[in-house]
This record gives sequence, C-alpha cells and structure tokens, in this order.
Amino acid sequence: MIRTPAGRLFWARRLAQMVLVVLGIGTVNFLLLHLAPGDAAQVLAGESGSASPEYLAALRRQFGLDQPFPVQFGHYILRLVTFDLGFSHRQGLPVATLILDRLPATLLLMSASIGLAVLLGCALGFLAARRAGGLADALISGLALLFYATPVFWVGLMLTVVFAVWLDWFPVGGMRAIGATSGPGAILDIAHHLVLPATTLGLFYMATYTRLMRASVLDVQDRDFVRTARAKGLADGRIAWRHVLRNATLPVVTTVGVQVGSILGGAVLVETVFAWPGLGRLAFEALFQRDLNLLLGILFLSSILVGVANLAVDLAYARLDPRIGLQG
Amino acid sequence: MSGPVDAVARAPLLLRVLRRPAGAAGSAVLALVGLAALCAGLLSPGDPLDMVALPFLWPGSDPAHPLGTDMLGRDLAAGLLHGARVSLLVGIVAAVIALGIGVGAGALAGFYRGRLDAVLMRATELFQTIPPFLFALAIVAVLQPSLATITLAIGVTAWPSLARIVRAEVLALRDGEMVQAAVALGASDARILLLHVLPNVMGPVLVSASILVATAILTESSLAFLGLGDPNVVSWGGMVGAGREVLRTDWYVAALPGLAIVAVVLGLNLLGDALNDALDPRRMRR
Repeated sequence: MIRTPAGRLFWARRLAQMVLVVLGIGTVNFLLLHLAPGDAAQVLAGESGSASPEYLAALRRQFGLDQPFPVQFGHYILRLVTFDLGFSHRQGLPVATLILDRLPATLLLMSASIGLAVLLGCALGFLAARRAGGLADALISGLALLFYATPVFWVGLMLTVVFAVWLDWFPVGGMRAIGATSGPGAILDIAHHLVLPATTLGLFYMATYTRLMRASVLDVQDRDFVRTARAKGLADGRIAWRHVLRNATLPVVTTVGVQVGSILGGAVLVETVFAWPGLGRLAFEALFQRDLNLLLGILFLSSILVGVANLAVDLAYARLDPRIGLQG
Repeated sequence: MSGPVDAVARAPLLLRVLRRPAGAAGSAVLALVGLAALCAGLLSPGDPLDMVALPFLWPGSDPAHPLGTDMLGRDLAAGLLHGARVSLLVGIVAAVIALGIGVGAGALAGFYRGRLDAVLMRATELFQTIPPFLFALAIVAVLQPSLATITLAIGVTAWPSLARIVRAEVLALRDGEMVQAAVALGASDARILLLHVLPNVMGPVLVSASILVATAILTESSLAFLGLGDPNVVSWGGMVGAGREVLRTDWYVAALPGLAIVAVVLGLNLLGDALNDALDPRRMRR
C-alpha cells in the first residue's frame, strides 16, 4: 500500500494529521490544567499538610512552574511526545503505567460491545428492511427507537436489577470472581462477568446500526445492479446476500469508525456501573480524587486510540470496497 | 436570517411535521415536558431537594406523593418536574452553543474555502478525535460543576459533525446560480451568506438541532449520574445516581427518573425523524 504514490500520500497525510492531533490535544490539556484552580504545587503542599511560602516556591521550582508560560508549554508537549504523562501522586504510579494497566479491560469491553452491536444491528436492520412496513419491521424499528433514546447508565442499572439481583444469572459487577482460577476457567469467568456490561454498552449502538442498516438496505435494494441481478434470474437469497448485504454494510462500517470516541465515552459510564476495571473506571476514580493529571492523561490516550481506530477503519474500508482508494 | 423565503417555507413545515404520527407523538411528549418544566413551581412549590415525607414511600402508596419518595424523603414527582427544567435548559442552551459554533465554522469553511477552510477543518478533525463525553467530563471537572460550566462543556464538544454537514451543504450551494446571481448584483459576502446561503441550509440544521438537544440531555444526565451535576439543582441523571445506592431493594428510585430521560429523548428523536421526512419527501415511502 505504501508503494503507490497514492498510498504514500495517504500515509504522509495521516502522519501529519496524527502529529497535529497530538499537538492539539496537548494544547487543550495544558490549557485545562492551567484553568484549574490552584497549581500542582498547591495541591501537593495541601496534601503534605504544610504550605509555607518557601515550601511552595521550592515545589514550583522543582516542577518548573516558575518558568514562563511558553517554556512550560514546550516542556509539556515534549513530555507528551515521549509518552511521559506525568505522575499520579494519589495512586503513587506513573500515569502511563496506570493507563496501560487498565487499557486491556476497556478494549475487551469495547470490542465485545461493538461486535454485538454490529452483528445484531446489521441482522435486525436487514430483517426490518426486507419486511418493510410489516409487523416485524414495526417491532424492530420501535425497539431500535427506544434503545436509541435510553441512557446507557440507566440500562445498566435496570439490567442489574433484573439479571443480577432478581434472577441472579450474572454477577453485579467486577471482572473476575474472588479466588478465581487461571486457565480456561478464568476465561469463562471473565466472559460471565462481561455479559451484562457488553450488552448494556452494545444495545445503544445496536439501535443506531439497526436504523442505519435498515435505511441502507432500502436504498441499495432499488439500485440498478440489484435490478440487473434480478433480471438475470438470480435467486432472491443470493441477491440479498451477495449484492444487497455487502453494499449495505458499508455505511455501518463508516459509522463504527466515527463512533469509536463516543463508545469510549459510553464505556466510562458502563464501567462505573459495573465496576469494570478499565480506563473508564480509572477516569471515574481520577475524578473523585481530583487527580487532574491522570484524567487528562486518559483523555490524551483515548484520543490517540480514536485516531488509530479511524485509521484502521479507513484501511478496512478500502479493502471492503475496491472503488474507494486510500484518501488523505 | 428570516428572509421572505424562510417565512413562507416555515409554516407548512410545522404542519407537515405534525401530520406525521412520529412528529405528532414527539411534539406531544415535548409539549408535556415543556409544560411540566414551566409549571414545576406551581405544581410542587418549594425546594425539591427538601425532605417532605418518610423515606422509601413506594409509588402509589401515599396519594400526597404519587410517585413516592427517595431515601432522604424527597418527593420524586417534585424532583421529576423540577428536573425537567434543568434537562431542557441545559439541552437547549448547549445545542444553541453547538449550533453557533458548528454553523459558523461550517459556513465560513465552505464559503471561503482555501486556507480558512483548511484551518477550520483541521480544528474540526481534532475535536472529532477527542472523545466528546470524556472531553466534557474533563472540562466540567476542571471548572467545577455548575449549570453554566456543564452547558458550556456540552456545547463546545458537540459541534464537529454539524460543522461538516453545514460545510458540505454550503460547498454545494456556493457555486450555484442563486449565489452567482447575488454576486453579479454586487451583494456583499455577509449578505450572500446570511440571506442566500444559510436559509437554504436550515433544513439539515433543524434536523441536527433536535438530535443535538437530545444528545445534550443524555450527556447532562450522564455527567450528573457520575456526580458532576450542579449540586444546587435537581437533575434526572443525579436522581438516578442517588437511586443507585438503594438499587437492590428500592429500584423505583433509579427507575423513574430514567423513564423521564427516555421520554424526552424519544420525543426529540421522533421529532427529528419527522422533520427529516418532511424536509426530504423522497424518503417518505420509507
């Protein structure tokens, strides 16, 4: 892909975009840090209990807070570029370590939710479009409309009441049972804990993709190439599978790419409801301990994650639809 | 912005929206919630955060408190009525902020193209890369939660997709005959943008506006659920968050405010769907 001129241009542009994003988010974070009441020195001094002016001045010197504004900004960006996100004094660990520690749980939750949402959403949307105007369509469209309007945290709580408290099918929260074994048993255990959070996060996006897929199938069904296929005498099922479904999925793929950031936001809520030990739960803890450095570090890394996901979707898109080349 | 063209087009649009079942249902729900917000002070005077009865009264068990009370003896019906004010206020003002930034950036980028377009679109891409909910969360956490900071945070994080829509529409219009005629007549840029281009972009903007309000209400309730609500007012999301503590036994405390959120957002989405269909007759048969 990198051998063609178009491919080279694509990667060059993407690289420039990434640099811009890192600089931009660095700026946003830096501004937010300086908007916060009190500086890092005051927060630290407050924690250690003594705040004599001499001690504060020493702390400020140590952290470079006595430097002019542009110098501080330069240092901040330089640290970001080398992935030094600072130190969380509350948790006693570097921010980067804390985040990388929690990232896998969030990625697991997100991929399970997206998988569920895309599979179910495409299937239901396809079904609704094939039966457009019928009872199945009304039922599916109505449900999609309902879930599209429901806050994820509330869905999480209601699922907890029904499936964890009343029926006791699934655990109320966490990622592993206490004293769980390792090996295949542990995977099953995690999967068992994953069901409710992934369903909660997935339902909202399933509703989005159902609506999108339905409109998309209705649109593709009327295109010339489908009429041609029908005129050729192809079986209905084969047309639906090979001609309609494949083309109708494209907008869904695009939307998944656009929504990665939004799904990450949803993960914060879901992880808080189900005590899922991921990035979102970490953000919630940072919020409550007023650990701004950690919170902004999570914001920074999430944005990078979205950038990488968008790139992946662009590459997948070019593969799915040969008409679409790589564009900057 | 309301030229003669606009005035003629708007009246039938409202009718066309109301004639659709989705539009009628959505408008009815929103009118009801709007009424609740307006009359909250009359229907349940006093501070909804005050303790008025025994805690944990289940809905229907006491006629004086039809929806029951929470763990602190606060009337849930009063909370829902007063919460409607916060949801609608934050939702609408945040949407107005997002509309201002989105339409402004999109129109300028599409109209002037060139370097301004490049700068504005890079900024839009940057804002699209930062997860909007986390961004709003960080802003509110830094500035301390209050109605003003919450609204501002939602507004400044919600505009990028709108800017892209408006830019695409303006790009399609700017080389059209209508704009060329205006240029030939010597109209100023501002006049062309405000009188000729923007009124013709209003359709997609209106549809986006209803979705923006819905998203803003969801975001506000999510922030309040996480404890980032204005501590001095009742918010539906905050009520759900409080009810979470007693979920095992008294689940209605969390369930009822959630239903209110669902109703408003559903109403707005229905209205958005109806607007979309009314503005684009090609899609009617769907």
